[in-house]
Amino acid sequence: MEHAIIFLPLIGSILGFLGRSLIKYFSEIITSLFVSISAVLSIILFWNGIQNNIYGNFKIFEWISSGSFVANWSINIDPLSSVMLVVVTFVSALVHIYSIGYMSHDPHKPRFMSYLSLFTFSMLVLVVSDNFLQLFFGWEGVGLCSYLLIGFWYKKESANNAAIKAFIVNRVGDFGLAIGIFLIFFYFGTINFQEVFNIAPQFLEEKLVFFGFETTLITLICLFLFIGAMGKSAQFLLHTWLPDAMEGPTPVSALIHAATMVTAGVFLVVRCSPLFELSQTALNLVTLVGMITAIFAASVALVQNDIKKIVAYSTCSQLGYMFFAAGIGAYHVAMFHLFTHAFFKALLFLGSGSVIHAFKDEQDIRNMGGVRKQLPYTYVFMLIGTLALTGFPFLSGFYSKDAIIEFAYLKNSSLGNYAATIGIFTAFLTSIYSWRLFFKTFHGPYNNTKIPINETHESPLVMLGPLLFLAIGAIFAGYFFKETFIGHLSNDFWKSSIFFLNEIKHDPIPTWFLILTPVLVVISIPISYYYFISNTKILEEFKNTNSPLYNFLLNKWYIDELYEFLFVKPAKKIGSFFWKQGDLGFIDRFGPDGISKLIKKLSDKAGIFQTGFIYDYAFVMLIGLSILLTYLILN
Amino acid sequence: MIEIGLGHYLSLGAIIFFLGVIGIFLNRKNVIVILMSIELILLAVNINLISFSIFSGDILGQIFTMLILTVAAAEAAIGLAIIVIYYRNRGSIRVEDIHGMKG
Repeated sequence: MEHAIIFLPLIGSILGFLGRSLIKYFSEIITSLFVSISAVLSIILFWNGIQNNIYGNFKIFEWISSGSFVANWSINIDPLSSVMLVVVTFVSALVHIYSIGYMSHDPHKPRFMSYLSLFTFSMLVLVVSDNFLQLFFGWEGVGLCSYLLIGFWYKKESANNAAIKAFIVNRVGDFGLAIGIFLIFFYFGTINFQEVFNIAPQFLEEKLVFFGFETTLITLICLFLFIGAMGKSAQFLLHTWLPDAMEGPTPVSALIHAATMVTAGVFLVVRCSPLFELSQTALNLVTLVGMITAIFAASVALVQNDIKKIVAYSTCSQLGYMFFAAGIGAYHVAMFHLFTHAFFKALLFLGSGSVIHAFKDEQDIRNMGGVRKQLPYTYVFMLIGTLALTGFPFLSGFYSKDAIIEFAYLKNSSLGNYAATIGIFTAFLTSIYSWRLFFKTFHGPYNNTKIPINETHESPLVMLGPLLFLAIGAIFAGYFFKETFIGHLSNDFWKSSIFFLNEIKHDPIPTWFLILTPVLVVISIPISYYYFISNTKILEEFKNTNSPLYNFLLNKWYIDELYEFLFVKPAKKIGSFFWKQGDLGFIDRFGPDGISKLIKKLSDKAGIFQTGFIYDYAFVMLIGLSILLTYLILN
Repeated sequence: MIEIGLGHYLSLGAIIFFLGVIGIFLNRKNVIVILMSIELILLAVNINLISFSIFSGDILGQIFTMLILTVAAAEAAIGLAIIVIYYRNRGSIRVEDIHGMKG
């Protein structure tokens, strides 16, 4: 069964691509079917794990065995990976089905479906690995599929640029991850998770000097691993690729850039919790980066106008939450938020896709509004998604997000309190921008000039079905699983897959603190409605009086411009120098071009000897003969 | 009275030989002249062969001469035939015009 879960998507991908011209809808059906089977099996596996405690490590075959370096292809099923399996395959299956409807007008559907399945396979390889090398394989595999899918509409220049940007920014993170793995092997002599975690405490005192700074070995390793996680999970400073990745088709954004791939970084940190627990410095850094990302992305999302970009920044912000949960040591809460976030964020993205579909590829929320009668089902699903994201009481976001804030408070350190404050404030911002998106899309006057309102239409059933499943998940996932993931049953559930150095305290939390976030979230609904729909003038004036702040947020803190100045332009200059001077000026000039020119010149010279006149040939022969004779006689 | 010896015959052969050779590459006009020059070279060789044959008393040289004369006749016939064909094709047998192999 474990093998089926992992390899069905791969088989589906290959079959779907090869058999694309057999029958109409062949690739769509085969890929969706295989991934759906895989999803059902994962849920069974997950259930077996909870109920009957069936876990294990299934070795497929030995991949590399060189001296003491051993890496296996294996399927490691433990509570952590079984949760990820459910999230990945479940969302992936729904996105596959949704794509049948969403991409129905695209001539390259088979390629799209095949990429989606390949992505699913890579992600599964990543989460079930039992060593760093297989994890790295999956890590790069999902990066590749992300690149292919962002650039799926390869005729669009912006899509190509976004794909390259995503790939390059991810490379920066992957570089860190690779160095982390090298360090682990160099010092620990193994890359198997279990062995590394067993051996790590012995190196607690090991110090080394890195660029003039003296740090402990564990801290250094954790820092590099975290750089990898930052790249993949779009954390502050390496986040720039995620909003641009929205150039890809919407199902891709839902699957890769919201629910699964971007959570790989969180997964890595949680998986390596036995290492991170040994280094308070690294944990503090994780918390800090998570906090900054959460508030940064939320502030930027406030003023964006592209429906998908708002959701993308929201993803970024929620990933920040997960990281600071991990940073304060509440790995299980991070995983819980990852779990619930997958449902409601995929729901929001697919719902946005449905809206975009209805408006015939319009993505600017200023050109929407007032279509709740035309899109009743999408309206309801988006409402559920928004409520869940903002953490409205008793929906799934409420349980996970409030738990993060509570655990930050329980940490009882200055950083923990700081994180809790930021968390509450970000939750407030989250609900403001989410409701802004929601109200501007469905309420207020109809603002689109291109198509009349009665031409907007509800999406087909094949798109609404997956939304229904996700909506159910967004409502109930938090309530049903909170005891298992973070409550009293959590220690029984996670077992050894998450490591806590110190037992997390469960002190009573003051009531005012508990109800603070939900109250803020609830009162933000009327506030948003008032400012974004009833009385937009106040906001306009505010915008005009504070235009520097507005522009600062609208331009995403000018980070893209900063990178353009710091890295892109110098890199382009260096590249153009090497191209013009190095390649054209040296290698081509003295290499192929030079040699061919030389040969032409020489053969032109040699051609002069060939006059074509017999007497010249005869003369040359005579001369030659004389020389030969003279030589022979003299000898 | 000068005694005519081997040296004289050989000198004659050499003179005729060089006349032939010079005829080949100084000649800029006519292909037939080249053919004639080749005949001269062959004759020079024949004279050498006969002189040595007589002076050394070995008949073999004279037999060779007969052979070479025959071959030379055949060669002259083939050469002339080639020239005739060439003239029919190109309309000229002037040496300056024959430069199809120019590089």
